[in-house]
Amino acid sequence: MQTTALYKTLGLAFGAMLISACASKGDVSEGAGSTDAMTATEQQAETNAVNAAAVSGEALQAEAAEAEAALLEQTVFYFDFDQSTIQSESKAALMAHAAYLAANGSAKVVLEGHADERGTVEYNLALGERRAMSVRRFLMANGAQAGQLSVVSFGEERPAVMGSTEASYAKNRRVEVKYQSR
Amino acid sequence: MVKRSLMMLCCWLMASIAQAELVIEVTQGKQSAIPVAVVPFQWLGSQPLPEDISGIITNDLASSGYFRTLPAANMITQPHELKDVIYSDWSRLRQDFVVIGRVELLPQGYAVEFHVLDVHQQIEIMRHRVKGSGGQLRDLAHYISDYIFKKLTGVPGVFSTKLIYVTTNRERTKFNLNYADADGAREQLIFTSRQPIISPAWSPDAKKVAYVSFENGRSEIFFQELATGKREKVVSFDGSNSAPAFSPDGTHLAFVLSKLGNPDIYVMDLASRQVQRMTTHYGIDTEPQWSADGRSIYFTSSRAGGPQVYKLDTNTKAVTRVTYEGDYNARARMTADGRKLVYVHRNSDRFHIASHDLESGLVHILTSETELDESPSVAPNGSMVIYAAREADRSILAAVSVDGEVKFRLPSRYGDVREPAWSPLLK
Repeated sequence: MQTTALYKTLGLAFGAMLISACASKGDVSEGAGSTDAMTATEQQAETNAVNAAAVSGEALQAEAAEAEAALLEQTVFYFDFDQSTIQSESKAALMAHAAYLAANGSAKVVLEGHADERGTVEYNLALGERRAMSVRRFLMANGAQAGQLSVVSFGEERPAVMGSTEASYAKNRRVEVKYQSR
Repeated sequence: MVKRSLMMLCCWLMASIAQAELVIEVTQGKQSAIPVAVVPFQWLGSQPLPEDISGIITNDLASSGYFRTLPAANMITQPHELKDVIYSDWSRLRQDFVVIGRVELLPQGYAVEFHVLDVHQQIEIMRHRVKGSGGQLRDLAHYISDYIFKKLTGVPGVFSTKLIYVTTNRERTKFNLNYADADGAREQLIFTSRQPIISPAWSPDAKKVAYVSFENGRSEIFFQELATGKREKVVSFDGSNSAPAFSPDGTHLAFVLSKLGNPDIYVMDLASRQVQRMTTHYGIDTEPQWSADGRSIYFTSSRAGGPQVYKLDTNTKAVTRVTYEGDYNARARMTADGRKLVYVHRNSDRFHIASHDLESGLVHILTSETELDESPSVAPNGSMVIYAAREADRSILAAVSVDGEVKFRLPSRYGDVREPAWSPLLK
């Protein structure tokens, strides 16, 4: 079974090389053939990348750690009006926080929920809490423990920026991840 | 020496109080405002009175929007006695009513005698004498305004009532809870914190206020007795504790508790401190307000998506939806007669105050000049709604009559003013 798979892969690779060779000669008609040629080129590119990684493995690891640290630097996450759904661009950094909390059991964070000034004070207090709870659920789903996370909402009482423009509102609809201990 | 520094302290205190005070600016009066002339009251003392009583009465009547007052400079004569009144003069000035009066010094305090005269019928329709100590001249003036207002409009006046509101600096590092006359005068600081203060609510006997303070890093509900300043932490469960509202008989407190992110309405029996959960829904349930008969609680819920106002039967816990117009209706407050709700309503992306007639279901948007209107609170006579709004880059207080005809602003000279709560009628 495994052998068959290997042959198939080799066969595919060989076929791709053949086609690639043909394509370079320019004697293959347009259509299906050219698509295959592209696939072949892509595969080649992948192979190159793997080779490069194998050589500079340590450097990449350091880069990854750096990237991770950069993600942890992001501690403010934004939301849409009257929404507590986590935005897709927040997810990578939140995953990094979850991973950090999972790896450091003594680390503790306060999740501080905020709303913009539009709408009523108490509804915004609830909305801020909802946002913080969304972040809490996301962190727990990705390895953080309940005991590491506490939630507080300040509603619209503590805006990050003053001003009544959409740009300032967008900066105020947020959850701040605040480490109490690392 | 001690005496002198005491006096200086008093002067300094008065100066700092005056600085923080709110000042009424009427922006729109009733079309049908009644013309009235308040003649400066007679005072024969050698020193000027510490308060200008007839001036305060004039301001009260004018700021209500129900009256158009005549400036003293435009008066042909300034009579103090009934026998000196020439009705034809007032008729020529197109006045409907004239108020005259005299202030007398008593061994302890002052007495004010005043008359209300009907220019068209050329008769005295009211006469009254009130007494008070030296420190109560302002109260005397508001008391007289209440009397005149009731006589001429049929509605109890609210000039003697009080306001509680929150002021903050621009940086939001200082939060003050203030107590002041309904016209913004005599502001007193009753609680201060570096953390937010929100949702002040009066007890029905007007002796204490409940409010939410973040002084311990999260929202908890406190009571504070006004006469003594005594504070008590009353609701402090895990999660967020907020939106306190006294039942009309003062025996129960409705509030919001979110045990781990799910805000629901709860009611506490204030005698036993027993707590009962009233709503169970995964949406946001908040901003409870008792109906005038105490049998139901209006609240805001996101159970249908955006915030809408619902009504909860306190016996059966059955919930019915009240608002349908628009995608944002929140923080309902009820008029004392139980006939209308007043709430925050979003209309084409603007937040305004709307009134909602419960019998007909008609919704009437009351405000238009102000932006981001929130925190409406209804005067105990049901005539006016005070609310917080944005003006330029600041929060101010503004007021509008429940029929939308009368409008005034109460800008503060200091920072932002928010979260007003109008007191019940003081007995």
